This record gives sequence, C-alpha cells and structure tokens, in this order.
Amino acid sequence: MRASEIRALFAVANRPEVVSLAGGMPNLASLPLEQIADHTHRLLADRGAEALQYGSGQGEESLREQILEVMALEGVRAHPDDVVVTTGSQQALDLVTRVFVDPGDVVLAEAPSYVGALGVFRAYQADVVHVPMDADGLIPQALEDTLARLRQEGRRVKMLYTIPNFHNPAGVSLAPERRPQILQIAQRYGVLVLEDNPYGLLGFDGEPAPALQSLDPEAVVYLGSFSKTFAPGYRVGWAVAPHAVRERLVLASESAILCPSMMSQLSIATYLAGNDWQGQIKSFREVYRTRRDATLDALGEYLPGASWTVPAGGFYTWVELPEGLDAQAMLPRAVSALVAYVPGTAFYADGQGSRHLRLSYCYPPPERITEGVRRLAGVINQETDLVRMFGTDGGSSHRQVPGQHAPGPNQA
Amino acid sequence: MSHTATATELDVLILAGGLSHEREVSLRSGRRVAEVLRSAGHDVHIHDVDSDLLAGLRRARPDVVWPLLHGSTGEDGSIRDLLELVGVPYVGTPAAGSRIAWNKPVAKTLMQRAGAATPEFVTLPQSLFREAGTHTVLDAVLDRLELPLVVKPAQGGSALGVSLVTRPEDLAQAMVSCFSYGDIALIERAVHGAEVAVSVVDVGAGPRALPGVEIVTDGPYDYDARYNPGRTEYFVPTRLQPAASEAAAELAMLAHRELGLRHLSRTDMIIDDDGTPWFLEVNVAPGMTETSLFPQAAHADEEPVAQLYASIARQGAEASRALRAI
Repeated sequence: MRASEIRALFAVANRPEVVSLAGGMPNLASLPLEQIADHTHRLLADRGAEALQYGSGQGEESLREQILEVMALEGVRAHPDDVVVTTGSQQALDLVTRVFVDPGDVVLAEAPSYVGALGVFRAYQADVVHVPMDADGLIPQALEDTLARLRQEGRRVKMLYTIPNFHNPAGVSLAPERRPQILQIAQRYGVLVLEDNPYGLLGFDGEPAPALQSLDPEAVVYLGSFSKTFAPGYRVGWAVAPHAVRERLVLASESAILCPSMMSQLSIATYLAGNDWQGQIKSFREVYRTRRDATLDALGEYLPGASWTVPAGGFYTWVELPEGLDAQAMLPRAVSALVAYVPGTAFYADGQGSRHLRLSYCYPPPERITEGVRRLAGVINQETDLVRMFGTDGGSSHRQVPGQHAPGPNQA
Repeated sequence: MSHTATATELDVLILAGGLSHEREVSLRSGRRVAEVLRSAGHDVHIHDVDSDLLAGLRRARPDVVWPLLHGSTGEDGSIRDLLELVGVPYVGTPAAGSRIAWNKPVAKTLMQRAGAATPEFVTLPQSLFREAGTHTVLDAVLDRLELPLVVKPAQGGSALGVSLVTRPEDLAQAMVSCFSYGDIALIERAVHGAEVAVSVVDVGAGPRALPGVEIVTDGPYDYDARYNPGRTEYFVPTRLQPAASEAAAELAMLAHRELGLRHLSRTDMIIDDDGTPWFLEVNVAPGMTETSLFPQAAHADEEPVAQLYASIARQGAEASRALRAI
C-alpha cells in the first residue's frame, strides 16, 4: 500500500460516524472562548497597529519573557535572548535541521519517533537511525551502542532528536535517572541533543520532570509549544538554544518567514497575562486523564491479545498487535468498520513498526473512545481470522516514505 | 442567484465525499467539476452525503444533482435510488445500471454474453476459503487460471486492494490485501497489452465515445499512480492502430448500451497485441480529478470541456423530467 493511499483513507476520519483515534488535534472545548474573544477585541482596539505590523525575527520580547515563566515549571532557567519564537515548534524543528544537518548526516531518533520530525529530517536528506526505547524511554545503553557502531562505520552523527515526555507516538517518558546518562553519552560523542517537549506540562501525576535543557543548557536545543497547552491555531512555538546556535536560528527564520505572526504572539502574551493559564492546563490535564483512562479500560476489556504502553500524560498510547498482524494492511478494514488509527510504520524511517499502531485519545470523548476500541477489536479479530486462513504474515512489504502517511494536522 | 441569469443557466448540486475508502478522490472530483461548471456560468453547490442531505436537497431545490461519489453508496445504485425516491433529477446511470456496473463479475458476465472479450475469471467470497479449505481453493485457482493473475475486490474502485500476482506464493498475500477492502474477490487472468480507458458521453444525440486514454506506468497503475501527477504517462488519443482504436471505442459503446448506462461512463480495458480489446470494468461515476481519465478524454474532445460538462448536467435535468412525465 502506498503512502497516498493510506493518507486518503484518513479522509473519512473527520466524518461524525467514524471514531478517529488517529489524529492529534488537542481538545479545545474547555477554552474560555468568550474571554479570549474579549481580549482579542481589546488587543486590536488598543494595540492594533502593533499587532498587525511586522515584528522582530526573534519574536516579541515580552512574549519571550513570559515563555521563560512557562519553562520555569520544568526547571529551564534561561534569558529572553536565548529564546527564538517560531511558527509552531515544527518550524523550530525545521530551522534546527536546516542549520545543523547536511545531506547524508545521521540524525538519531527514538524508535518510534514523531512523524512530523521524520518528514523534516527526510526533507534535508538526513539518514535517520532509530534507537530503541522501553517503558522508561530511550535506553542509554542502546544509545551508547548505536553511537559506537556509527563511529566505527565512520558516520557523522549530527544530533539526537528526543521527545522525553509523554512521547508521540510511544506514550512513554524518559525516566529521571536516565536523563543525565543520555546527556553524558551525547556529550561524549559530540552530538547535539534536540529536546522536543510539547507535552511536558500535560502529565497526569506529580510535578513535571526536569527538562534535559535544564541539566545541560549548552548541549541541548529545547523546543516548546503553546499548541497543546493553549491552542494550536495561533501557531506559536519556540526554541531555546545556546547563544551561537540561536543567532543562526534567527537568521534562518528571518530568511524563511521574516518574523513570526505578531497578532498570534500578542494574543498569546495577552492570554498568559490575563488568564489563569496554569489553571487551564490543569483542566486540560483532567480531560486527557479521563480519556487516557477510558482508552486503557477499553483496551483491557476488548483487546486482551494485544499489549500497549501506559501513558502518564500526553495524547497517545502505542499498541502492539498480536503476532502476524500488520496495522497498515488492516487500516482499510478499520475504516470500513468506522474506526481510524495511525499504523506504526508511519513513525519509522526504516519500515519497522508494522505490528504497531498509535491510538490518540486527545480528541474523542470517553464514550466514543470506548466504542472506537470496541470496533477496533472487531477489526483485529476479523484480520486475525483472515491472516490465519491464508497463512500469511499480513505484511505489506512496501517501505514507506516517512511523514506522508499520517493524518493531516486538521484531521481528527 | 448572484450572477445574471440566462435561459440555459443551471442550478447544480454536486454530491461529493461520502463514507467510502474513496472519499478523498470524490471530494477532489467534486471540486473539479464544480470549477468547470462555474466557469460555464452555472450555479454550483457541493454537498456531502450526510444526515443533512435530504433536507439540503429540499432546501436547495437544484435543477439537477450530479453524484460524484466513488465507492459503495456512490456507485452501487443506492444513492441514485434515494434521489429517485425524492424525485430529484440527477446526472448519470439510474440505480439498476449502477448496481450492474458496480459488481465487476456481473458486468463481465453480461459483457461476455454480449460478445465482448473479458479475461477469464473466478469470483470467490472470503467465506468459501473457510468452508472449502484455503489451500485447496488457491491451488484450484492456480491450476485453472494461468499466472500472471490480477486479484481485486469484486466491488470498489481506484485500484484499492488490487494486486498483480506473478508468483504462486504471492497469491495468498494478494487475497489478504483484497479482503481488507471487501468480502468478495475477483481473480482474473492478467492480459498483456496496452491499458486503455474509453469514456462515453450521451448528451442527447445518442452515446458517443471520447478519445481513448492510454496509460503507461513505471509500475502498477495503483492508487498512488492514479492520483499523483508525474508517476504515470498518458497518451490521448492512444497510440493504437486505427482498427484497434475503433475496436476499443466500440467496446466502450457496447458496455454503455448493454449495461443500461446513461449520460457518461468510462470503460477500462486492455488491448492485446492482436488489437483485441478485453473488457475489465466500467465506471458509472468515473473519477473527475485533475489526473483522472474521463477529464483527459474530455479535454482531447472537439467540444470544449465546460460545454460538455454543462451538456451532461442539462441532460440530467431533462432526462429525469422526461422520466417523470411518463
């Protein structure tokens, strides 16, 4: 099955009949829209000429100061000068890759990794090498072994791309004791760490884990985003980088977009200044916790033959199917049964992941999630039956082009 | 209506989307046809097939509905039955003809009876493999039909779930891919030759074939090749010898008449090395996207595309009126 065929199947995901556990759209139902509307009105009335004008390439200074307050919750201590505001953290990812990666360079990424990052790495012709994870995130020994092997092969490794908290798609987090170990290994091999942290404040239990950046600010470029903690429509994210890197990111960003949207930046600055944004994040966490629980309960009830990760935050759980099944080959059947997910192969640059799928619980309400998992169980049973009958491994052997066979950003 | 009304201006409601595997293609087809009809001065709206459809039809009271739905309800006749039930004029083949065209084995059988060549085939439901034993059935298929084979869902379009099998050991996997899309598989001998699609239109003066489209791909003419520009080379008109080209047009005309199709259809065929056209399938709602075959044929026709589409729409409005007058 080709990439465009898979992507086309997601076209039905936004239909109300379909329970989509595929997309990653945050749930915005609990946002105080009336209040935001009033603030937007005031913003335009009072500072319209500024909000609708070009701004600084590095981003609005007042917002960069507020971003420091947000990151302080995860132990990041930085100066506003260290922050570059971008059009979503996706743009920051693109800028960092553009600045650091030459064609043929190796980028290390977790196995599996964020589909949008794989797409960026591919666009810059990087060679993605995956490093295994377990329930505690990236495995330090595996990282060490991979780096040693690549060094022996004479490969140039430019960076380690990692999502330490509530990983997309794996749903796991990097254990606190592993964080310094990962940084030490990266440092020993002279590899930059790119820490992507959109979900860090969406943990269901306890305090946020310290950012990798907070442990070694000179060795890490940190990416943050308001897309999950507030709203993705503003398209505001940021990078925190050591001085020398930051200058280059600003120049690269100016050449790409001149400056991030002032209207968006000032809207977010206004929101942070005038709203209980931490209370809002807390309410998001409660919504997502309830949905996570519904997902895990339903998986336990309907999918006894599969296994899955237990996310302590974020949007996703990563499901391993019974042996012999191929999540990608099964997708048309799932769409016929009115349930959608993302096949695991989307999250690898090298064709792995056929037995896995990602379930997103961020968007559908709990009762729909339960129904979706129930439908998925029916699909898995039928597919198991079919694969057994024909004695195949269910495998679709096509190597996929990463970043092209997951739902679009606005698909449920 | 916002612009100056003329005597010939139509209010057209395009149905696009639906809940099939081909939703995306349908949406693209819908947008494309809407654009062309608007350029000809018609008033066009696009509607999905959802719970608001009937209310929307009553509200809009269009002169004609153009169903551009691909897959299941769009092509199996059901949406056309619904349109007939509510008495709305529509473009294209009525429900009965749609049901026949939608079911590839039935269409092949009828075409065979009408004297057309069609690749030897068997139709096997998934349940049969369970009852008769998978390997027994697969072996029987391989004994009877020579490789290479094409395995495809008996219903459905856009080459979804279609595999070319060149080695016996790949047949089982092809069956699995096919059954992911539907419960019934059509297995037919792969005929070697030029892949050609001939579209037929009837805008009042009887059916006529548009120039044929010859398809050349670097691999299988699969979903990806169909809807991504650049992966496939098309020749319009085909590079066939005049006699073969004529035979291809006749086959498409035969399908259009024999299966009871109306206004527009597209017949897919292979022209073998002797110039014989082999009927594969016919589409009552051919794809109308920027890379689809019907629009390519229409562009190669002497009649301007906008005028042709408008004539088809007008035909839909009038044919149903005539029907109701009976």
